[in-house]
Order: sequence, then structure tokens, then C-alpha cells
Amino acid sequence: MASSPPLPPASAPTAVPAVPAPGWFVRALDSDTWASFRRSPIAMAAAAATLLFFLAAVFAGLGPQDPFDPAQLELMNSRLPPIWSAEGQQPFLLGTDDQGRDILSAILHGLRVSLLVGLLGVLFSATLGIVLGLLAGYLGGYVDALIMRIADVQLTFPAILIALLIDGVVKSIMGNRISTSAILSVLVFSIGLSFWVQYARTVRGSVMVEKNKDYVQAARLIGLSSPAIMLRHVQPNVIGPVYAIATINFALAIITEATLSFLGSGMPDTQPSLGTLIRIGNRYLFSGEWWIAIFPGAVLAGLVLAVNLLGDWLRDALNPRLR
Amino acid sequence: MIAFLLRRILQTVGVLLAVGIIAFSMFRFVGDPVNQIVSIDTPYAERVAIRASLGLDDPVPIQILRYLGRVASGDFGISYQFRQPVSALLAERLPATLELAFCATVFALGFGIVLGVVSALRRGTTLAATLETVSLVGISLPTFLIGILLIFLFSETLHWLPSFGRGETVRIGGWTTGFLTESGLRALVLPSITLGLFQMTLVMRLVRAEMLEVLRTDYIRFARARGLHTRAIHFGHALKNTLIPVITIAGLQLGSVIAFSIITETVFQWPGMGFLFLQAVQNVDIPIMAAYLLLVAVIFVTINLAVDILYTVVDPRLQLSSPRAG
Amino acid sequence: MKTLFRSALWALAAAAALQLPQPAGAVTLRYANQGDLKALDPYTLNETTTLAHLAHVYEGLTRRGKDLSIQPALAERWEILEPTRWRFYLRKNVKFSDGTPFTADDVVFSSERVRAPGSNFATRVPSGSKVVKIDDHTIDFVLTGPNPIMHYQFDYWLIMSKSWAEKNNAVAPTPVSATTPSYASLNAMGTGPYTIESHQPGVKTVFKKNPNYWDKIEGNADEIVFTPIANDSTRVSALLSGEVDIIEPVPLQDIQRVNSSGTAQVLTGPEVRTIFFGMDQVRDELVSSNVKGKNPFKDKRVREAVYKAIDVDVIKARVMRGLSTPSPLMIAPEFFKLSKEFTRPKVDPEGAKKLLAEAGYPDGFEVGLNCPSDRYVNDGDICRAAIGMLARIGIKVNPIIEPKAQYFSKVLKSGGYNVSMYLLGWTPSTGDSHNVLYEIMGCRNDPKSPSRGDTNAAGYCNPKLDEMTDQILVELDPAKRDQMIKQAFQISIDDYGYIPVHQQSLAWGVSKKVKLVQRPDNSVLLYWATKE
Repeated sequence: MASSPPLPPASAPTAVPAVPAPGWFVRALDSDTWASFRRSPIAMAAAAATLLFFLAAVFAGLGPQDPFDPAQLELMNSRLPPIWSAEGQQPFLLGTDDQGRDILSAILHGLRVSLLVGLLGVLFSATLGIVLGLLAGYLGGYVDALIMRIADVQLTFPAILIALLIDGVVKSIMGNRISTSAILSVLVFSIGLSFWVQYARTVRGSVMVEKNKDYVQAARLIGLSSPAIMLRHVQPNVIGPVYAIATINFALAIITEATLSFLGSGMPDTQPSLGTLIRIGNRYLFSGEWWIAIFPGAVLAGLVLAVNLLGDWLRDALNPRLR
Repeated sequence: MIAFLLRRILQTVGVLLAVGIIAFSMFRFVGDPVNQIVSIDTPYAERVAIRASLGLDDPVPIQILRYLGRVASGDFGISYQFRQPVSALLAERLPATLELAFCATVFALGFGIVLGVVSALRRGTTLAATLETVSLVGISLPTFLIGILLIFLFSETLHWLPSFGRGETVRIGGWTTGFLTESGLRALVLPSITLGLFQMTLVMRLVRAEMLEVLRTDYIRFARARGLHTRAIHFGHALKNTLIPVITIAGLQLGSVIAFSIITETVFQWPGMGFLFLQAVQNVDIPIMAAYLLLVAVIFVTINLAVDILYTVVDPRLQLSSPRAG
Repeated sequence: MKTLFRSALWALAAAAALQLPQPAGAVTLRYANQGDLKALDPYTLNETTTLAHLAHVYEGLTRRGKDLSIQPALAERWEILEPTRWRFYLRKNVKFSDGTPFTADDVVFSSERVRAPGSNFATRVPSGSKVVKIDDHTIDFVLTGPNPIMHYQFDYWLIMSKSWAEKNNAVAPTPVSATTPSYASLNAMGTGPYTIESHQPGVKTVFKKNPNYWDKIEGNADEIVFTPIANDSTRVSALLSGEVDIIEPVPLQDIQRVNSSGTAQVLTGPEVRTIFFGMDQVRDELVSSNVKGKNPFKDKRVREAVYKAIDVDVIKARVMRGLSTPSPLMIAPEFFKLSKEFTRPKVDPEGAKKLLAEAGYPDGFEVGLNCPSDRYVNDGDICRAAIGMLARIGIKVNPIIEPKAQYFSKVLKSGGYNVSMYLLGWTPSTGDSHNVLYEIMGCRNDPKSPSRGDTNAAGYCNPKLDEMTDQILVELDPAKRDQMIKQAFQISIDDYGYIPVHQQSLAWGVSKKVKLVQRPDNSVLLYWATKE
């Protein structure tokens, strides 16, 4: 992208390059990208908001209540309105839900779940997609055909359908023994599995362009093995678009988790994510107890919007034609 | 050419077969269909007999083969919940989903193109920036939340539009339509917006990007140099060139609109296939789930195949491309 | 092309105009239920919603009145000639809706059909008993042993026409698992006050008044249109917007909204279903617990501790919004006269903690709790409430709250009673305590009586109770029988075998234009409804 492709080392394959290729972060700071970031107030605001959400999630424990500890919930405190209403009570700033859970604390903890599922989901799908994309693009032939056919089948099912299915299957197999961490892994797995195709296709496309370039041919001539060439030389040059996809997918993963939880296939009511809270609150939305759904909904929308704005800017900034 | 077509069709059949097998073997492990269809105090021996008569005791491969054989002859089995042929149930619900998907797509294309053109032509202005940011809200709010908020605002608070269902429908032959009654049309508004908002944002951003691209190409510059009217350039040349990819994407997205109607239909209790599917998931109604999944797969694969073939017809160079060469 | 389009439009418009026939003065009652009318064959599915619908079309030898009292219907009267021989005198001049007369042959036919393989109602007529036609309007039931409550379930043993069934190849009952719908599962023809005009499962069923009905219909509906609406808020919206006249049930959180709407109101009343918690006390190690090698629920002190930790009054106040009747017994007071003599032990978290410590669990333990999320009124919420209450005495509950499909696949016998603690509801279909004592509290695996304890997922077992249960079945003196039932229930209470929670309340949403009767078994019977 911005920097030119690093030249293959002229020495033996085992030798370490004298100057290690700078990491993406350093390169990003050096590049026009940083400058473009400084010029964009929307990008800066979005980044600040995202950071704020992350901090809120990290320090969720400082909330007035641990909403995941049932012993702390008092049923008699259930469905209290926000503090500014006549019936509001300390310390429930944003009111309580139907189990007497403090909405503010529940949001903070739910945020933690959403961000965790989003991050892990993206990490999983990106790893899977990049590896498969590199393999397909570089090796070609039957490997490529097989991977791309699997991608076709995968694309046949929308993310939400895959996630619903995996979630249902795992839950029915694991039965009573399912734990929260198991549910989390299922969510990460099903979300990750439904997003890998995009990475794979992007990477495959870039690899096919890159692999005919001189530096790869040179590396091959000097006898570097395929994995070495892919990992050390091709991958850094196709990784650019992946950041943009990853950011957008992070937002999508958060939405998918919330949707699954809303449909009842995600996080359980005892350890609610934002989507679960909205589902709980949706039952009471029209009965006058609006705060249970509306506050988590607003936070979810704000979080996804911030991430999307960031991803949007990143995509434009990394697209050389739009500079 | 024919070889290429044959290969694509073979691949398509293979994909469908794979989907069928995956779908069936997955569904086989979700819940116990027997408990769903009998009452709680049915004696154990009776349950065992029902199990056997449904063929649920046979080895899974045999169950799959039996299922695929029947599917090939158009028989998707009998729904466990409704005790009716699945094909009849799907046919009954299909119009609702298709009408909703159609309205959502029209909404998405109409607004998406207009907003996309505006934000491209006014690039750099506050208006464009506002439009882009607002459009992001469309993809930032999860579908279910949009639906809930629309219901809360327009149905519960303002009482303008109905919150659920299709309103009065008219039956013409095997097709029930909501297009011919006032309540039917009113009922379409909120679900269509909910379902179409995401696509609208996609279309808008695509149109914007394509317009920006086209606007800087040489022939637009030439047209400008020739002194053509700005409007003629924008709409006669730029937009026309933009629309081809937009229509393609919209076509490819049609399948996912139908799939995503699961959420919209659930929120609005829309009596379509997606709602039927979610009910089936909750009630472990294997025949409906399997049939729905296959249907979605068929729609996706057919659209993809059609696009492939169209491209081959339009651009002969693509005929030479094989997966090997890429 | 344009002409074609235009003519198509005209065709559509014409079709639209044809769609709106409005007979003047006819009363149409619109009714929406959470559940669907699952099968039209009256022997297919033993489920309240389905049966209540079919009771508009079919009738039994007896029927139950507005207070659930047993009344004559197709049988004018009956007598017990000897303990094992009952005689029923059938009503004369009754016609099926197709015009054929109702006779003893139809009853004999129905008694065979209801006990044939595939019927979900085989226990309605005691197995082994003979049904003998004496003359066209007299029937004898010859039993293998005395059974004073034989006719208790006759109200929902609906009588079918022999000639209709034979003509339409529907002599065999339609099993729930039928893969091809039989004639009787898509059509219904009985002696009842209404006939079914059309039936689209999951969408709409239309009932029309039966002009040949033998009795006077109390209500005034000429037509009943039934729609299933599963979603809570949708159902309420439909009632408030006037699209339907009656909904069942109204979610508790919406009762106030409906009542303050001005257009509709909520009819509430006690329901006869009892909601309770069960604890697996038969396995040597619980299927979902961190206690290994032993089963804490085998210790009566642990069960007592759990019982005393769960505050049913708080559940009533917050979860049920006041609409439940906390119950000391596993049966509703409507079904057992002496219920008033029982009271629940006091809630006592401190005492519960001590009991746990005595039993060797000073720090509590972990256990899974299985609950349905869409079967009973606020079922999942009751379980979530219990989690907090049990957490306070140190028991960490891992809830498994699932849709009923998944839930029932674990809790029932066919699922291997694969639960450690669970929430279940039970309405005795006989309306009698014996059913509860036998089905829920009877020891499992009784070689003499294999179906005993079929729904006893807790595996509670006390041979003394079983002995009482068997005597209760054959005892003919009502007062003596009630005393025996009381003793039997006391045994289970002393054992802390189960934790009854409450009888939930009925909540029907009814338009102000409609008057109807709410029967405590939750049967919505619209032949008692009048609409302005």
C-alpha cells in the first residue's frame, strides 16, 4: 500500500533479514493514514467513543452491582424506573429490570460481553479467512477450487442462519452441562465461521495479483518454501484491506451477537449481553416499562455506530484511489 | 461454453446436495420432535412407537437418503406442528415473504440511488457528510432494534401504522396479496423499511463510490470538455454506468433479503417463511427447517448461477477463466 | 403489454371486491389464542386449547359446567348398577350435524376408537372394560374393578359418528405422528353447537352455528373466527385495535394496559394448574451438580432447605404481579375440598442455611435448574427468581431455561428424566387428586402398575403413599376418600417430596362488547359468549 514491498533477503532462507519489516502500527503512524486521521473530526470522535466503550467495559466492575451474581439481586427491587422518575430509587440510576438487576451495571457488563464476542469473532474469522485465502490464492488448483466451493456453500447461508443452527445444535448436544464460557465460545465460533469468506476472497484476490510479481518469483527462485513465502512476503502486502474488513466485521459481529441473543439463542438471561437485555425489555416496552430495552438499545447503537464510522474512515484512508 | 455451463450446473447441484446433507444431519440433533407432538401425559410406550413410525430410530444416513429422495420428488414431508404438507405451508407463506422482500428492495433501491447520487455529486459538503453519517446509522442499528423502535414510535405512540401482521389480504388463485387493500398496504410500510434499511445503506454507498469512480474517468471529462450540460453528464452518462453494478448487487442481495426477513418477520409477526422458520426452530419442526434451508440455498445458488451465466454472455473473456487460473 | 397489465389490474380489483361478503345482522366472534388448534381428530392430542376448540363441534356423554361440575350431555343420566357395572341412558332426538341420528352404536364405536392404537386418550375409557349396547339409547360399562371416578374424564371424551367415520375411512384414530393427514384430522363432524366451516392450521379456523343443535345455545355468535397469535404484544395489540374480541392469555405485564384501554378488559381467575419445583432424589449422583459421588437431594434436610428458601409470596408480588395463588398442595383447591386445612411452612433462609450445614453443605452446592420458557405464565421468570433466592442460602443454581420443545425432551420419561431440579405444571385431567398421587408422586418402576409415576421426574417414592393411592382409587365413600387423600398428601409434605409454588391465574382479554364465562380449566368456550 503506502510502503513498497520489502525485497526478499538475498541470503539463505534461514537467515533473518537485517532490518525487520516494520509492524503495521508503526507503518500506519508513519503513513498518510495518521495524517488523514488527524484531519477527520468524525474519525477522531468515533475513535474516542470506541475507546470510551472499551474503558467502560473494562471497568464494568465499578458499577453499583454485579448483575451476574444472583445473590445480589433483590426481586422486590424489580422493574424500578430510572432515578429521575417519581418511583426511582438509589442506587439504580437507569432503573432495574424484571429481576431487580441494575440496568446501568447490566449495560456495562453486557458491553463487556458484546466487545469480547466481537473481538474474538473477528480474530477467529480473520485468521481462518486469511489462512484459507492465502492457501487458495497461492496454491491454486484443486486446493483453490475446494476452498472456494466451500466458500460458495458457506455464502448460501446468511450469518444469522449459520449462527442459529450452530448454536441450537451445540446446545442440544451439550444439554445441561453448558456453561457460560461454552456459550461464549459457541457465539464466537458461529459468528467467526460466518464471516471468514470475505477475508478469504479478498486475500485470495490480492495474493493472485501479488504472486506473479517479481519479488515473489525471486523468492521462489532462491528456493524459499511456499509457507515461508506466503507468510513472510505475500501476507504483509495483502493485509491492508483486511483491516478495513475486520473493523466493519467487528461491528457486524456485535450486531449478530445481539440479534442472536434477541432471538433467544445467545447469552442467557442470567448473564445478559446487550441483546439479551433488549429482548427482556422488549416484553415490557409497551407496558410502560420502557427503560429496560431503550437504554441498552441506545448503547448498542452507539457502540456499533462508532465502530462503523471508524471502519468507514479506515476503508477510505486505505484506498489509495480515494486519497 | 456448454462445458462451462454444465460444470457450473453440476457444481450447483453439488452445493445443493451438500447443503441438504448438512442441513438434515444438523437438524437431526436439535431437540426431540416426538415430545413436541404429543401431550405431556402420553405413555412412554406410545412415544417409542411414534418415534419408530417417524423413522427417527433409523441410522442417520438412511434418514438422509430417504429425505433427499422425497425432496427430489417435491415432497418435503409433513410438518410436525401443523400436520400439513410442508410444501403447502411454504407455498402459503411464500407470497407474504416475497411481497415484503419486493417492497424492501424497491425502498432500498429508490432511496439508496437518490441518496447515493446526492452524496457523490455534493462530495465534501456538509450535506454529503451528514448523509453518509446518517446512512451509517442504518447499518449500525440492528434490524430487530429498528423494528422495535419503529413499532414503538409509529404504532404505540402515534397510532399511525399497524404493528403486526399483513392486514386484510386478497386471495387471487394461490396467491394472497396485501397490495390491494388499504390495511394491507399500511401493514407493509414499517416491515419494508426495517428490512430495506440495511440494503438501502449498501446501495447508497455503492452508488456513491461508483459515481465518484465514473466521474473521474476520461469519457466524463471529455463530455465535460465537449460542453455537455452537467445534468446530462451526471444522469445520462455517470448514473447509467453506475447502475449496472448496483443492479447486480441488488440482485445478489435479494437472497439475503429473504433470509434476513427471519428477523423482520419475527418482530412484526409477519406471516411469511422466515417467521415460519423461526417457529420451526423453536418447535424443532425438522421438515420445515430443512425445506426452508434448501429453499434459501436454491434461491442463492440460482441467483449466483444466473449472474455467472449473464456475465459469460456479456463478457466472452470470462469463459476461459477456470478456478485454476482465477 | 400495457393492456395485459391493465386487465390484470382489473382482475385484481374485481377479486378484491368479491372478497368482502357481509351478511347483515350476523354476529361474528373473533378469538386469538397463544396456541394453535393442533388437530381436528378429537383423539389425536390431549391438550387444553385443542380440546376446548373441539368441544364446540363434538360433545361427550357428560360435560362440565361453568364451575367444572359434571353435567349430563349426550347421556341424560347414569347410575351405578353394581361397583363394576355403570348404566348410561342416552339422550334421544339428538342429531349429528350431517343429519344422522345419534345412537348407542356411536358410543360403542367411539369407545373402541378412543382405545385403539394411535389414540392419545386411551385412558379415558378404562382399559379392559366392555361397553355393551343394551338398546339404541342405553349403554352399559362393565369394568374389571370398581372405579368411582370413571366418568370424571368423559367430558373430553368426545363422541364421533360411526357412519361418518366409516364412510370417510376414518375408523382408526389419527395418531399424532401421522405422516398423511386423515379425513378426520382435516374435518370435524359432531353433535355440538357449532360446525367447522374452514380450517387452515396455524392461520385461521372458522366455526359456524349448527342449526340442528339439540340444546339451546346460550351465546349469540353465528360465526367464530379463530386465529393463533403466538407473540404476546401482538396478541394484545390485536385486542386493543379491535381486530379480535377475545385473547388468551393476556401477558401479566399488559393487564393494566388492557384494563385502562377503555375498549377491553381482562378477566382473571384462578386456574387449576399447579406449578411446582421437583428435585431429583433417586439418582446416586445428580446429572448437573458439582457434588460428586452423592446426591444432596436424597437428604430430606436439603429438600426442606430449598423449600424454605423459596418465597412464593415475593414471586406472587413481583413475578406474577399479584395474579397467582400460592399453594401448599400439589393440587388446586377447586379439585380437593380439604385443601384449606393445609398451610405452607414459613419462608426461613436462616433456618435453611442451618439445615444445609447440618446436611454437610455449609457452603452450599451447585445444581442445574431446568425450566420451560414458553409453557406456563412467566415460567422462566419464576425460575430466575428462584436463582436469587437459592443463591442467598448458598446454592448456586445454573438455569437451563429453554423453549418447551427442548425442555420437555429432557424432563419427561422419554428423555430419561434428565434433570436435577425442574419447574413443571400439572393439571389432573380427571380433576381428581388420584391422578396427581399416581402420576406425579407414585414410585417409578412399579412392576404391578408400570405407568405409575410416569411424570415423576423427581423420582420421589414412598411406598406408604402408593398404598394409600391404590385404596383411594377404589374407595366409594366420598368423605372417607377425602380423608385418605389428605393423609396421602401429608406424607409427601412431610417428605418435602415436591415444592408446590402456586396456581397461576387465568387472564383472558375480552372486548367490552363481549360477555363470556371463564372456566377455571382455561377452556375458552364461546357457546357461552354474547357479543353486542
